[in-house]
Amino acid sequence: MKLKLKIWRQKNQASKGTFETYDVVANEHMSFLEMLDVLNEDLISQKKEPVVFEHDCREGICGTCSMVINGHPHGPNGGTTACQLHMRFFKDGDIITVEPFRASAFPVYKDLAVDRSAFDRIIQAGGYISVNTGQAVDANSVPVEQNVAEAAFDAAACIGCGACVAACPNSSAMLFTSAKVAHLSLLPQGQVEENQRVLNMVNQMDAEGFGRCSNVTACEAECPKEISVANIAMLNRKYFKASLASEKKVQ
Amino acid sequence: MKYDGKVPSGPLAEKWKNYRGTMPLVAPNNKRRLDIIVVGTGLAGASAASTLGELGYNVKCFTFHDSPRRAHSIAAQGGINAAKNYQNDGDSVYRLFYDTIKGGDYRSREANVYRLAEVSTSIIDQAVAQGVPFAREYGGLLANRSFGGVQVSRTFYARGQTGQQLLLGAYASLSRQITLGSVQMHNRHEMMDLVIEDGKARGIIARNLLTGELERHAAHCVILATGGYGNVFYLSTNAMMSNTSAAWRAVRRGALMANPCFTQIHPTCIPVSGDYQSKLTLMSESLRNDGRVWVPKKMEDVEALRAGKIKGVDIAEEDRDYYLERRYPAFGNLVPRDVASRAAKQVCDEGRGVNVAGLAVFLDFEDAFERYGKSEANAHGDHNPSREKVLELGRKVVEKKYGNLFEMYEKITGQNPYFTPMMIYPAVHYTMGGLWVDYNLETNIPGLFSLGESNFSDHGANRLGASALMQGLADGYFVIPYTVGTFLSKEIRTPKIDPNGAAFKATEKAVADRIGQLLGVNGTQSVESFHRRLGKIMWDYCGMSRSAEGLNKARKMVQDLRAEFYKDVFIPGSADEYNPELEKAHRVADFIELGELMIVDALDRNESCGGHFREEYQTEDGEALRRDDEYTYVSAWEWPNPDAGDPTLHKEELVFENVELKTRSYK
Repeated sequence: MKLKLKIWRQKNQASKGTFETYDVVANEHMSFLEMLDVLNEDLISQKKEPVVFEHDCREGICGTCSMVINGHPHGPNGGTTACQLHMRFFKDGDIITVEPFRASAFPVYKDLAVDRSAFDRIIQAGGYISVNTGQAVDANSVPVEQNVAEAAFDAAACIGCGACVAACPNSSAMLFTSAKVAHLSLLPQGQVEENQRVLNMVNQMDAEGFGRCSNVTACEAECPKEISVANIAMLNRKYFKASLASEKKVQ
Repeated sequence: MKYDGKVPSGPLAEKWKNYRGTMPLVAPNNKRRLDIIVVGTGLAGASAASTLGELGYNVKCFTFHDSPRRAHSIAAQGGINAAKNYQNDGDSVYRLFYDTIKGGDYRSREANVYRLAEVSTSIIDQAVAQGVPFAREYGGLLANRSFGGVQVSRTFYARGQTGQQLLLGAYASLSRQITLGSVQMHNRHEMMDLVIEDGKARGIIARNLLTGELERHAAHCVILATGGYGNVFYLSTNAMMSNTSAAWRAVRRGALMANPCFTQIHPTCIPVSGDYQSKLTLMSESLRNDGRVWVPKKMEDVEALRAGKIKGVDIAEEDRDYYLERRYPAFGNLVPRDVASRAAKQVCDEGRGVNVAGLAVFLDFEDAFERYGKSEANAHGDHNPSREKVLELGRKVVEKKYGNLFEMYEKITGQNPYFTPMMIYPAVHYTMGGLWVDYNLETNIPGLFSLGESNFSDHGANRLGASALMQGLADGYFVIPYTVGTFLSKEIRTPKIDPNGAAFKATEKAVADRIGQLLGVNGTQSVESFHRRLGKIMWDYCGMSRSAEGLNKARKMVQDLRAEFYKDVFIPGSADEYNPELEKAHRVADFIELGELMIVDALDRNESCGGHFREEYQTEDGEALRRDDEYTYVSAWEWPNPDAGDPTLHKEELVFENVELKTRSYK
């Protein structure tokens, strides 16, 4: 199939980017990123600079790939990362627009690569259980109801790609943040620190310049791991509770 | 052997305990003054960095990813082994040790493997405490499943995303230490070289991948947890950026590379579909718990399949050859990976492969759907369900266990595995070989340690499923925090290492020169094209089966490829910017050198063992023929300068005091 690609090219953070158009011949068995590999090999053979895009595992789990394809983060298919999107979903003659995740908290480094380190800082603010190596009790000493463990897993399946931010008209990071809050709050091990955790993580999220959540729920629709917005509701409850809770004092 | 494995004396089961009880310690006030560099943030690196930080050391941690959470451990699917014996099925530390030694075809060090089995149970405790959402039974306790090469259920799992969940646990711990200030994290920094001062590893030269700037980082010791080198084959299940460069640069500075030819070809991957393909996708070994592997018995069925006239489901039960169950009745579909891969190759070599290229076998879940469906129906009080109802219920049970894998398969192939058997074929997955380390996980360079897949220590010639996660976390959480003290306890009087010392400057200059050399070639062929060619040579001659003739030919081909690379590679862009092609060029240049060493190692080892199958050494029925009399050793290769002659072999004899060397049989 012959395709026309309109790709965002931007030399570096300081420069102004622009769309450039390329022709590429692909086949339906390729993944979207393999199609970009073909384009890049072609550019290199002409001694031109290839398009920089981030990618690594190419099986939908590392969360590295980050591009908006035809207006959708990770492309038009639901529950799919860009690396798992296959060309059989496109047809000969298609014009495909490819641009980076857009958010002021995710500045563009080059072409399609953006800075998502804000996510790391949100986790560093409290997305953990404070347990040193060696302190743990036997793994089976605290039973966890099966469906609770499953629900925690569903939240923990977030790959930290940032599609939720790119999808949100407010560039909010609520889905990402709430998924971690929910994962840890659901488990008995994580409940000890939950008040402080949710306050610290939300504060950090705000400090990074992410927008407010206005319940558009585009984040859930575009999330390649189909993380539920129910997590956001949970975060709100936990945040509300933590904000009202006074510090516990021993009489 | 001029290098000592430093295995402590005493009975096997007491070694680690006694060693820990008597090893030199570093007091907390001294820990604060000691700096440690950790390169890599996968399971081994992240767990090591966070634990060392908790202990009070000053840790500097490096990853070339944009975030520590992206390390390739994230992609591990099936599970993690631990000798908990929660299933009451006869598991024990000794049995996990024995399975691992036997699974590795008796080419690993007893004491290291025993320690691994011993600390395995603490890993599960630690992970649960961190909030890793492992699968659980209805009663709320942890669930287990089976993996290849064992007869107990000791694998803990979090759906088909166990690596992701464990890594996020380690990443969370690491993040906490970053917040507390004990770990200084350097994302998007790639280690370019190792700095050795007065014979000790004292730092690294790192390249800031965004700006291209070279940086000198100093510490009292250096820990490499930089993963395996499967991408030497170009096509593998490894992530695109996984590479050997950190380990290889250590080899170029004098570290020994052990057993480089021991590579694992995983039996259940999605088959290659075309020339443009950039990587292969694994379908977890856990699927062999419930999937049955088969090819047609009759050639006419094979031809009809390839012509698209019939589908797998159309072939009658009696016309299917469940060749693993037939050849290995005791372990059936759960034979170890090397055995399963070779068997798949054999049936495809016989012409019975089931896809157009003839390079695929079926992995069929129909039996499992039926089995689980019936028990589900019973559980719901329906004792006479229709077959359709049974299959439907069964599919739901399978979806719970492997849902993400089935989904992944469908996304890639466009076929629904709930209704048609999967097609699978072996692919490069893991490398058992790696930097030579002693019992302390220290390389032959004092102060240079290596953890996880980047070392050679625990898996011999073949790794068992669900043991990579175990080893990575064992090394990082429970081994290095102790053993690093054997080196650092002697460094408490050493002041901060100065990154402006002569060795640092000279190493930095060598790195800058190498970058200049690569960019200066300005030839005509892309880095990718060299990588593909290297991969093809390695796969054809140093892959699933090897012969002296082929290996000799391949060595020459790799040498020629290397010469051509330095004459004709083209790297766009410059050194002082974000330039992924330049990063790739370094990695491919190192892969070419390592590829040659793998071939040399495979040539030296005139036997078949584990993942290393030499055509000249097989039994009459095509099983591997190990030669314990001559080859019960670790090959540790010294090759600081590939331009100055052949590598030098050092042999570490393997001494087995606790297990008897037997021909591995899964029949």
